[in-house]
Amino acid sequence: MAFLELDHVSKYYEQYAAVEDFCLLVSKGEFISLLGPSGCGKTTTLQMIAGFLNPTSGAIRLDGRDLASIKPARRGLGIVFQSYALFPHMTAAENVAFGLEMRGVPRAEREVRVRDTLAMVGLDGYGGRYPRRMSGGQQQRVALARALIIKPDVLLLDEPLSNLDAKLREDMQIELRQIQRNLGTTTVLVTHDQKTEAMALSDRIVVMNKGRIEQIGTPHETYEHPASAFVSQFLGKTNEFSAEIRGDGDARKLVAGSCEWQAPAGPSGQVVITVRPEKITFDAAGDNEGLGARVKTRIFQGNHWLFQCETECGPAIAVRQNDGEQQPAEGDKVRLVWRAEDMAIRRAGDVQ
Amino acid sequence: MSRNGPLALLFHTMFVIFMTAPIVVVCLVAFTPEGYLSLPVDGFSLRWFRAIADYPEFIDAFWTSLWVGALSSCVALLFAIPAALAIARYRFRGRGALSAMFLSPLMIPHVVLGIAFLRFFTQAGISGTFPALLIAHTIIVFPFALRLTLAAAIGMDRSVEMAAISLGANSWTLFRRITLPLIFPGVISGWALAFIQSFDEVTMTVFLAAPGIETLPVRMFLYVQDNIDPLVTSVSACVIAITMFALIVLDRFYGLERVLAGHSDRSS
Amino acid sequence: MSVASTADKGAPWPLILPAFMLFIAVVLVPLAMTVLLSFHDWGQYKGIEPVFILKNWEEIWSDSYFYEMFARTFRIAALATLLTAVFGAPEAYILNRMRAPWKGFFLLIILGPLLISVVARTLGWALLFGGRNGIVNKALMSMGLIDTPIAFMFTETGVIIALAHVMMPFMVLSVWAALQRVDPQVENAALSLGAGSLTIVRRIVLPQIMPGILSGGIIVFSLAASAFATPSIIGGRRLKVASTLAYDEFLNTLNWPLGAAVAVLLLIAIVLIVVGSNALIERNYSEVFR
Repeated sequence: MAFLELDHVSKYYEQYAAVEDFCLLVSKGEFISLLGPSGCGKTTTLQMIAGFLNPTSGAIRLDGRDLASIKPARRGLGIVFQSYALFPHMTAAENVAFGLEMRGVPRAEREVRVRDTLAMVGLDGYGGRYPRRMSGGQQQRVALARALIIKPDVLLLDEPLSNLDAKLREDMQIELRQIQRNLGTTTVLVTHDQKTEAMALSDRIVVMNKGRIEQIGTPHETYEHPASAFVSQFLGKTNEFSAEIRGDGDARKLVAGSCEWQAPAGPSGQVVITVRPEKITFDAAGDNEGLGARVKTRIFQGNHWLFQCETECGPAIAVRQNDGEQQPAEGDKVRLVWRAEDMAIRRAGDVQ
Repeated sequence: MSRNGPLALLFHTMFVIFMTAPIVVVCLVAFTPEGYLSLPVDGFSLRWFRAIADYPEFIDAFWTSLWVGALSSCVALLFAIPAALAIARYRFRGRGALSAMFLSPLMIPHVVLGIAFLRFFTQAGISGTFPALLIAHTIIVFPFALRLTLAAAIGMDRSVEMAAISLGANSWTLFRRITLPLIFPGVISGWALAFIQSFDEVTMTVFLAAPGIETLPVRMFLYVQDNIDPLVTSVSACVIAITMFALIVLDRFYGLERVLAGHSDRSS
Repeated sequence: MSVASTADKGAPWPLILPAFMLFIAVVLVPLAMTVLLSFHDWGQYKGIEPVFILKNWEEIWSDSYFYEMFARTFRIAALATLLTAVFGAPEAYILNRMRAPWKGFFLLIILGPLLISVVARTLGWALLFGGRNGIVNKALMSMGLIDTPIAFMFTETGVIIALAHVMMPFMVLSVWAALQRVDPQVENAALSLGAGSLTIVRRIVLPQIMPGILSGGIIVFSLAASAFATPSIIGGRRLKVASTLAYDEFLNTLNWPLGAAVAVLLLIAIVLIVVGSNALIERNYSEVFR
């Protein structure tokens, strides 16, 4: 049974559709990420759940109750904003206590719970500090504590880590995931950071584009089997080659340049195959398997090498671990090889 | 950045002398021991400051100015704070026209406002009363109260308010506990600037003043029209001292540059 | 995060309505009454008669006294504006090149007078000008700049100088604001290309602060043209400008309708000049500064 349900939710501004026909079922305790480029409607969706915007059509239900008639102040959702939105004129402890105060929780209980919550986010003894006197990471923790202390049904995170530097962001991801697991709070996160945040944290991700859902799935399956060109490109670097499925019955083949594979079930015709750069290996055996190519540039990037190649089916990039092996040099003729299960096939003409 | 050459510094010195000379000379003459206008060459004397006490019109006018300034600034803020919040947050039809209207007292010559108020209050039968003076001053200080409150409201992170709402705050709690404290520096500076404007206003007030409810600048103006003697310089010196004090407080609280930026470009 | 919630379209009105009503009642209505007043009749013994006639406007139109008075008003305002631009703009530039503690200190010294009572400031000029043996004349003669004393009190010269002083902070402030938007490296770039300091000021700095000078000029001009206390104290009873004349009609002659006509004309002239020159500046500079 879905805990949070978005049922054909749309939001229009005049003619412009910010969010269109958004359907999503979130189970209790699940961690869901909405991701997409800016303007894709993810923040609008989050604001509709929070109640700061009203959907033009459709319904949002929490535990079976329609939220439409419930004011934002009464929804009991915890929100962490991109800017943290801490109350600058209150100390960390006063910030965290605010939600309890609004609920009329007596002072003594408030103090205990504030202390416990601050301890949970690792801010023991920082209660008396004002936000301005705290680092970005500490402010982030205060914001999280403030949202969690009211024991929200759903925790909404709006790009919560985007203002932190890379190292801190990684630490916070791990911590956020642990806290969320321990509390079992249903969480919806919004981010435009395709690789790290959503992948690392989520049970499922929702890729959005131009107000519509492109794909819903676990991070792994979405990455490995993108449903559209948009998803495949948005979730990281990828190679695309045009190919064709020809023949009948058992003789049906998928052909790209000089390569052939067993064709999957489905109609024949023009298709596009996509392969992630890290799935491509260079054929050392020289047995003329794989796509013929020439290395154009070779760039060293520390733990890996990045190759830009010109293949018989157009440009391609490949990434190889820096494992001490001899790597092809610029200008070398190579053959690009990958396993059949590492490529995704979709019909040509499916433009993003 | 290169430094100023000697020619530039000479120009600067002359400029500073030009700007400060009239103010310095007023303050110096105020300390004259003579019975006529002169620079105090034979020592300083406070006789003309003591003389103010024997001239109740100035004392009364000072209190009137203080009250009009303080009250009109408060009343103006009472109207300006909600208006500033609305203008800062919503895009609605007539928003530009409304802002222009609220700032119009900056553009309308004060002599025109004085005439309009005199006609209006005479017709309304409250000409020459304190409430009439209060209403008129509320209007002329309104743009200053609005400007600084608006700047504070625009500079405010709205997600802070959203956070408070999501934690369960109702509209009144939100305003009292979050919004007002956050825009408070702007509000208090708006009040101070409005007060100074009211305290210094002479052109419009001269039309509305009546015996007994004259503001200090009006009293000084009318006095100077008849004769210029050391008494009015000592009064001016007091006014200058009070303004300087307010200026320093304002600078500490908000930064003078920001206050004055709100003061200028009345054409925008 | 979107700025305004469009969910509640009626929301701004309850907030803005009180101020709106206040302005309708206490600004628009009185201004309309003043315009109406300028069409009323007036007689020495009968007072104001609420009829609709063009007498006052015809009088202003036909009597050369009013023409001279308005010409004087705008001449004084224009010359005072010129003075503030010629001296205020370079000063703002010099201020901007100063080091930290001095910069703030002199900014306070120069802008501070803005908040000091106009009457007190003008009184200072009256003391400085004070008759044939005023301090200014003594200083100028001792420096050998002039041989005989100049008449400042009750002359246009005196009014222009005092007005320039009163309005100067507006110009400095406006140019200062424009200078804050100028990239200091641009001057160094010009220097590296071999430009002399005069060329830099003329070709690089001046064009960039011109919008500041012009918008400062509009402010100064409109304030100077409607100034009251300064022309009144320095100019005396005979050197009339628009606002002092309107004051006289209202509080001495008691011919309110004529005074109202003068005031309305002043208002219209200033609004036209301000709006017109703003539009002009916007058109000429919008491409460069946007």
